[in-house]
Order: sequence, then C-alpha cells, then structure tokens
Amino acid sequence: MSSLLAIDWGVIAILLPLAGGTACVLWPALSKPAGLISVTGVVLAIAGLGWRIMENGIYRHAVGGWGAPLGIDLFADGLSLIMLIMTALVGLGISFYARRYFSPRDAVRFWPIWLFLLAALNALFLSADIFNLYVTLEMTGLAAVALTALTGRIDALGGAMRYLLATLLGSLAYLLGVALLYHDAGSVDIATLAQRIQPNAAVWTALGLMSAGLALKTALFPLSFWLPPAHASAPAPVSALLSALVVKASFYILLRLWLELFGDFAQGASMLLGLLGAAAILWGSLQALRQTRIKLLVAYSTVAQIGYLFLIYPLASAGNGIAAGMAAYLAFSHALAKSAMFLAAGNLMLFGGHDRIADLDRAVQRLPLTVAAFALAGVSIMGLPPSSGFVGKWLLLDAAMSQGRWDLAVVMIIGGLLAAGYIFKVLGYAFTQAEVPHDARAVPAGMEWAALLLAIGAILLGFMASEIFALIAVDLVVNADEAGTVWTA
Amino acid sequence: MTNAFLYALAGSGLFVLGLHALVMHAHVLRKILAINVMGSGVFLILVALARRSGETTTDPVPHAMVITGIVVAVSATALALALMLKLAEKSGQAVLPDKHGD
Repeated sequence: MSSLLAIDWGVIAILLPLAGGTACVLWPALSKPAGLISVTGVVLAIAGLGWRIMENGIYRHAVGGWGAPLGIDLFADGLSLIMLIMTALVGLGISFYARRYFSPRDAVRFWPIWLFLLAALNALFLSADIFNLYVTLEMTGLAAVALTALTGRIDALGGAMRYLLATLLGSLAYLLGVALLYHDAGSVDIATLAQRIQPNAAVWTALGLMSAGLALKTALFPLSFWLPPAHASAPAPVSALLSALVVKASFYILLRLWLELFGDFAQGASMLLGLLGAAAILWGSLQALRQTRIKLLVAYSTVAQIGYLFLIYPLASAGNGIAAGMAAYLAFSHALAKSAMFLAAGNLMLFGGHDRIADLDRAVQRLPLTVAAFALAGVSIMGLPPSSGFVGKWLLLDAAMSQGRWDLAVVMIIGGLLAAGYIFKVLGYAFTQAEVPHDARAVPAGMEWAALLLAIGAILLGFMASEIFALIAVDLVVNADEAGTVWTA
Repeated sequence: MTNAFLYALAGSGLFVLGLHALVMHAHVLRKILAINVMGSGVFLILVALARRSGETTTDPVPHAMVITGIVVAVSATALALALMLKLAEKSGQAVLPDKHGD
C-alpha cells in the first residue's frame, strides 16, 4: 500500500495524456482506444493523487530532482486537487460522448489535440510558479484554438482566429506581469512571492496586466466578445470542453494570484472585478434570452455564469479558505452542468439537423434522456435546490447579505430568474410540436447517457459541499499538524 | 537613465505599438504581426530587467524565460498563420468575419 502511496501520481497525470496524444499522431488508427485509455488512466492517477494528498497533505514534486528556484516544482493542494478532479471527471464524460460523436475522419484530429489539452490542463493545475503557469496557459490556449477550428467550416475558422488573437493578447499581458513581479521580488515561485511582495508601482502594474490578461482569457464581461462565436461554432464535445474546463484554467490562475499575492492590498481592484462579474451576469443572461440558436444560448449562459465566479472577489474578505472553497465549488458545479448542457445541445442538433430553438419538434417524446439532461443541468444553472448550483449560489448570496452587499445579492437573484427564462425557453419548444414537423435522426444511446450522467453529477455535487470544503481545508490542517513541514518525494 | 531602463522603455513602447496595431488593423496578417511585435516588447523588457541596479552580474533566469517565450511565440505564430491561410482559402479574404458568422 505504501509503495502505491509513494508513486508520483501528478507526473503520471501529465505524462500519460502527452504519451497518448503522441501515440494518436503516430498511429491514427488507434486514436480512439488510445484516447479512452489515456483519459481513464488520468482519472485513476488523479484518484491516486487525491489519496496521497489526504494521507500526506500538500503534494510537492521536484521535477528531475532540481527543486525550486532552479528547477520546476509540481505542487498540489486542496484547491488544485478539486480542479484536477473536475478536469478528470468532466473529461471522462466528454470522452465517452466523443467516442460516438466524431466521424473517423474527425476523430483522428480530435483525440490527439484533446489529449494534449488534457496534459496542459493537468500541468497547469499542478504548477506552483507563475512562469510555468504562463507556459501551461499557452499550451492550453493553443490546443483549445486548434479544437475550435476542428470542423474547418468558415464560422469555426473565424471563431478560432478571433479566439487565438484574444488568447495570445491575454497571455502576453500576463507574461509582462510575470516579468515585473520577477524583477520586483526576484522569484517566480508563488509561495516565495507571497512572502516578499510589497505593494509598489511595479506590483500594481503587474496586478493590472495579469488581471486584465486573465480576465480576457476567462471571458469576463466586457472582454467576453470572443467566447460566443468560438464556443458556438465548435463541435459539441469541444464546446463542452471549452466552456467547462478551458475558461476555468485562467480563472484558477487569477484566483490563485488573488488568494496568495494580491488579495491583501487590492480591495478596490477586487470591487471592480465583482462589478464586472455582476455586469456579466446581467448582460450574458439577457443575451442568452435573446438567442434563437441553442448553442449560442448556452454560450452566452457561460458568459453569465462566469460572472458568478467573479462575485467571489469582493466577498472574499471572509477568509481565504472560504473564498477558495466557494470558487472551486462553483467552478466544479458549472463545469458539470455546462458540459451536460452543451452535450445535450449537440444531441438535439444531431436529432433535428439544425440548432434553431423554435424548430425543436417534440424532442421530449423522442429524445427523453437528452431533454432530461438539459433540464437537470438547467436546474443547476438556475440555482434550484437540491443541485450544486443552488448550494454554490446560496453560499455566495449568504456571503453577500452577511456583508451588506445587497446590490450583489439582487444581481444574483435577477440572474437566476433570467436563467430560468432562457432554460424554459428551450424546454418549452422541446415539449411542443414545431410549425414544420421533422423526422428524428437516431442519436446513439452512449451520447444521451454521457450528457445525462454529467447532469446528474451536477445535482449530486449538491450533496457533497462539505466534502469539497473539507478538501480545501485539508492542507491547512496537515500544515498545522506538522508545523509547516511539506511532503517531498 | 541607465541602459537597462532605456531598453525597458523601448520594450513598453513596442508593446503599446503592437496593441494599437492589433486593435486598429482588419487584416489578420497585420494582427498576427502586431502580436509578434508585442511579444518582442515583452522579451525586451525581460532581458532589460535581468540586470538589477547595483549588481554586477546579470540574472540568467529572465534570459531562460525569453528562450521559452520565443518557442511559445513561434508555435503560436505557426498556428495563427495556418488558421489564416485556411480562413483566406474558405472565405477569399483574410479578415475576421462578423461576430456569429451568419
């Protein structure tokens, strides 16, 4: 047992999808089995990593034995672990959907890029220094853009191009911030920076550049212009990956920086992030309500839901552990619900041959599992009990009211009502006969179940809030017990 | 005014110049070039900041970062050019289509 515990699961979680992706390029005929095996292997590796963190506390691994400041350290605490679990589980569901979704011609392109994306995401969530975060952020962005352009249709190419320019601009701003922070504090290691950082002109400039760049990559309103065309024009499994996981990567970095470095002195800036989040909720929800195409509706819903994540910044004064827990929980909840919603939308498009909401013809009788998946995911997006969306938004609402931020509380409630509006708009048309009845095309059962299981996951997560918060606290407890000794391999 | 400060100032200038071009020009190739100019600005700042005032030796870490950054920039530019060529092939012109492509 103890030999299993000593395995460096974090390294495996990065190397396995990299090797799998390379295998897909070398032997295209094997890409589907290689992809499924790699993704399943990553789930097991993350389970192993989680077990190790529960036993030993914070995971830190010096790659190649070099160690910080010269080498690159892999690092995982409770927050990283939750992000890794989110990536593994949602990635597994989407992979089983993609198994049936892609034609053989598209499959040989999808699997290698998705596996590289998975490796990049795992590496990002396991990084402990701001420069390594830059590199993994770029790997994530490039893989995500390539996936967006997968179909080669003109709208997908345009969406991917816009996305690429936005994501490169975001990373350059972030990199400039890294340069300034390094110059000011002489380190890129987040823990070392946290000890040395003092609010001065260089740090404030770095804060502005990094926050703006990461907000652009996370599609925080009004920097969300690139998201709807990219997410709506990509194939359904790719849209699900982009909305559920890729935007969370840059959000995670921003959250980390704020929790560890900037949060103490940047009260005003966190107010601004919160205000933009509130604007995103209102604007994204109203735009979603106006859409006539189902994937654009779901994409604008992502813009609105990202807004909720940014409301955490002005409410974070309650303590780092609570803020990190709320952010991780809301991100996880949104990842499950939104991936289920995009996959269900993909099924509806396959079933009807179009994505016009008004022409969804009796989908509920003919595609009950998919409509159930959409409705269950919708319950979580709207924030109705007992879903995880309800718990997450309730915690936020509670924090807002206890701090007297009635303005933010009102925005959250309006956002929930608007979400109900756009979700029932889709469901309403799914129940009724369309003006032009159409024949149903067969949707593979595996694709219906993948969407439904992810949506059920979003509901079940609602019963696991205390476990998530316990995970966030795990390293704090262990640290206190062992007086700061960090487990090293 | 030290040399390093001059370089850092030039780097900031390149960054702003590139940002301006990225926003103002419609042609995708110009946008890609603008991103590259911005990248060069960031690299110049990194190189310049490697020498701290009062220290005689130069810190090698920012130089290693620039090397890594250049590798990233090359791959990103390659992907951007490939996308641009596909876009020009399909639509006949290398400009970004309207928001939703419909």
